[in-house]
Amino acid sequence: MSLLEIDSVTLKFGGVTAVNNLSMRVEEGQVFALVGPNGAGKSTVFNLISRFYTPVTGSITFDGKDVLKMAPHEVPNLGIARTFQNIELFHQATVLQNLLVGRHRHRQTNMIAQMLHLPSVRAEERAHRHAVEEVIDFLDLQPYRNSRIAGLPYGVRKVVELGRALASKPRLLLLDEPASGLSVEETQNMRWWIDDIRRQMGITVLMVEHDMGLVSKVCDRVLALADGAKLAEGTPAEVQSHPKVIEAYLGTNAVSKGGKVA
Amino acid sequence: MKFHFKTDYDQDIRLFPDWWNFTLYAALLVLALALPLLIDPFFLGEATNVLIWAIAGLGLMLLTGQTGQVSLGHSAFMALGCYSCVLMMEANVPFVLAFLLAGVITGVVGALIAIPALKLHGVYLAIATLALAILADDIIVLLKEWTDGVNGKMSPPIDLFGYEINRWNNPVEWYYLVLVVVLMVTLFYRNLLRAPLGRAFAAVRDSEISAQAMGVNVAQTKTIAFGISCAITGLGGALMGLFAGAFNNETFNFLLSIQLLMMIVVGGLGFIHGAFLGAVVIAFLPQVLSMTTDLFGRGVAIPGLESGVFGVILILFILFEPMGLYGRWLKIRVFLELFPFARKDMFKRQKSYLKTERLR
Amino acid sequence: MQDHITSDPAPDLLEEGRSQGKRITAQSRGTLHHKRGPQNREDRVEVLQLLISGLANGCVYGLIALGFVLIYKATEAVNFAQGDFMMLGAFVTLGLVNPEYAGIPFWLALPLVFIIMGLLGYLLDIVVLRAVFGQSQVAVIIVTIALGFVIRFAVGEIWGHEPQSLRSPLALGDVRIGDLVLGLADIAVIIVTLIMTLLLWQFFQHTKMGLAMQAASQNQMAAYYMGIPVKRIQGMVWALAGIVAAVAGILYASKGALDPTAGFIGIKAFAAAVIGGFGSLPGALLGGLIVGVIEPFAARYLPPGWSQIAPYALLIAVLLFRPHGLFAQVRAKKV
Repeated sequence: MSLLEIDSVTLKFGGVTAVNNLSMRVEEGQVFALVGPNGAGKSTVFNLISRFYTPVTGSITFDGKDVLKMAPHEVPNLGIARTFQNIELFHQATVLQNLLVGRHRHRQTNMIAQMLHLPSVRAEERAHRHAVEEVIDFLDLQPYRNSRIAGLPYGVRKVVELGRALASKPRLLLLDEPASGLSVEETQNMRWWIDDIRRQMGITVLMVEHDMGLVSKVCDRVLALADGAKLAEGTPAEVQSHPKVIEAYLGTNAVSKGGKVA
Repeated sequence: MKFHFKTDYDQDIRLFPDWWNFTLYAALLVLALALPLLIDPFFLGEATNVLIWAIAGLGLMLLTGQTGQVSLGHSAFMALGCYSCVLMMEANVPFVLAFLLAGVITGVVGALIAIPALKLHGVYLAIATLALAILADDIIVLLKEWTDGVNGKMSPPIDLFGYEINRWNNPVEWYYLVLVVVLMVTLFYRNLLRAPLGRAFAAVRDSEISAQAMGVNVAQTKTIAFGISCAITGLGGALMGLFAGAFNNETFNFLLSIQLLMMIVVGGLGFIHGAFLGAVVIAFLPQVLSMTTDLFGRGVAIPGLESGVFGVILILFILFEPMGLYGRWLKIRVFLELFPFARKDMFKRQKSYLKTERLR
Repeated sequence: MQDHITSDPAPDLLEEGRSQGKRITAQSRGTLHHKRGPQNREDRVEVLQLLISGLANGCVYGLIALGFVLIYKATEAVNFAQGDFMMLGAFVTLGLVNPEYAGIPFWLALPLVFIIMGLLGYLLDIVVLRAVFGQSQVAVIIVTIALGFVIRFAVGEIWGHEPQSLRSPLALGDVRIGDLVLGLADIAVIIVTLIMTLLLWQFFQHTKMGLAMQAASQNQMAAYYMGIPVKRIQGMVWALAGIVAAVAGILYASKGALDPTAGFIGIKAFAAAVIGGFGSLPGALLGGLIVGVIEPFAARYLPPGWSQIAPYALLIAVLLFRPHGLFAQVRAKKV
């Protein structure tokens, strides 16, 4: 049984079919990439897993559990965390507070205990802080701990977004374009972090990415989407040289000329 | 330049980050406790009024400043808190119980009202709550068997464990009573802020989508925010009615809601201090205005002057200091702390372009 | 019920009339079946009168709501002071037209009023609204509420707080058609509003400036790229809203007395705008008509005290079941 199973999922927005009978499997410990031209439906797949949309047909199962039965805020309890393409951080809060919200699914105390700040609440706060500090260490966010998001540069915000997802100690991490807008050095860092996430933390990664260089260096398996349907699936090399994929990215002429994507 | 050297997590979790901060607030507490010895009963009454406004303001601050839900309807909850407390006191329920129950009732009603209101955002929520405030005025009149409608009710004197606290005879006791309530409300508020629920409130304010993706049940969080906020404001309303001596539906009309919102904006939206600073402004504005008009020779009270001046103050604040009085204080403090390294544009707002929210 | 009431029922008269009606019905119980014909006609006349006066009120609400929606479509700001704009427009007209002030002939004063109100709207946008730009919605709400307070105070200082009457050519008295008593002012209000709505609709659909306003309201940055002078357009929208408010004010003042608190009907107009949906101009007018018509009927047929609640209860009901109004314009955001 795969960690994440998406079976024959279709999603329509009015007359537009955003996801067309898509099936895919992500195994535990893999780093899996979804690629495809803009508008292919990649982020929509993420939004389906996050339960912001409900598919017309099909099923999504995580570790055997039916994801489609859950409300959006229950998905993290399964062990799924995600980042957003256009950074959705809490811009008025500090980095530390953002990361602490990532720990929300691990909270144990209720409202009254929190209002009275009972010792159990204090102990829990220390535990959360400890977990968050590990993420800060991992991502080298120490200088930004108490900075408000609103003043931080884009690259740092991307990292904080990743950190917030990591803070919830997920089993599956959904990264929506983790390298978009990053410089070469920042993309390198991202690559090493994703590597470490898989190796040291044992977290499975599913990412949407346009940067084929990053994808070929860090991913085990790639699935190419176009117009909501699967074009090809395989190792990065296989997908990059697949004729249908080349056609989708570069046009039919490129196929005959033996072109390769990135 | 101040530097915080931290050695354990508790320093961030504690209420007071360092000894200096603690001493300052301790001194403030001592001042507050000693106030009756320093000023005469009239000004003590004014101070009590400020604290009552602050309680109501803290309630709204939790909802609007912390959770981002704009409410123009809190006058309705103040009315609910007041009428329920007084009705219970008239039914011989002991004061402390009536007071706390009034808070609970208002909180529960607030949470119930929140449930349909969850779907509304931004302006729509503001309009719906404004409509609620206007309705409350009429509903109080309609329920005249209980509320004595337009004639209003006289506030019964407070009977605290056999000891009577009367507005006019015992201003000192009244002051301490309100002070205790303020301290407890502030303590609970601060405790919430440093706990997961407080962070969840801020998450809902800043990005509902990613809050959900982090496991925050947005609907439940908003309902809780409404509940707690209305409970606190209800307590403030009860104190306001009891302190005023007499009240009717006009005391809690929708303009009160608007004043409350304006007050917390002037004080500083999102900061606890903002509620207190705003309360000072709103409580002393009438006095200052009447002194100024006397100075300029127009003896008779000018109708609408208070609202007009308040309006001008608001506009000036929003234009020049959107973070409110406390925000301005923070900027000054940061400047002094970083001196001479403070940069000129540290708090400059980034230029942003309007993208329609109708495609939300 | 058989009591006769005029088109502007006052609550205490209503009570009296209702109790009168009870007495009459009791007396004529025996002869009820004979009187069915004329009773129906009286009822119909009454309904028609309530309808027309309700429509006229509704037109005023609708015009104020139009102002709201104009500004909202352009800047996504809700102008809580639109009712006070209306009041200001009425007072400016009063100040120019009434003999105790400037005494200028009405039709000469009219373009002056439009220029003044248009300019005021434009200036308000430049001075106040631009500075608020980009801040949270709370800020904008607060600023416009505060503006309302300031306008109310200023008007009271300049023209006084006592109710006054505008010497309007529309206040022409009544006309009788059979049993029907119609206020000519009411009819004039309805006609003017219709013309105004049509003009505005055409303006937005077919003129360059109207289209530019729509573009600027949906995506400012893209509008900038297309060469649209977004800031100036925004100012024009506020100017337009000021003029519409002035028209509403003149119509309002033609139907009755005027004092600085007249702006409070803006809240009912608000209800109208929401009911119609904040993105839709015809919706705003329709919402205004709905609110305007419900009021006299609620006053007539519901127990006293309930009629005041009617517009707000309706507003809350609409918000609960169709949060974006009857003419919704909101779609889903792509994350």
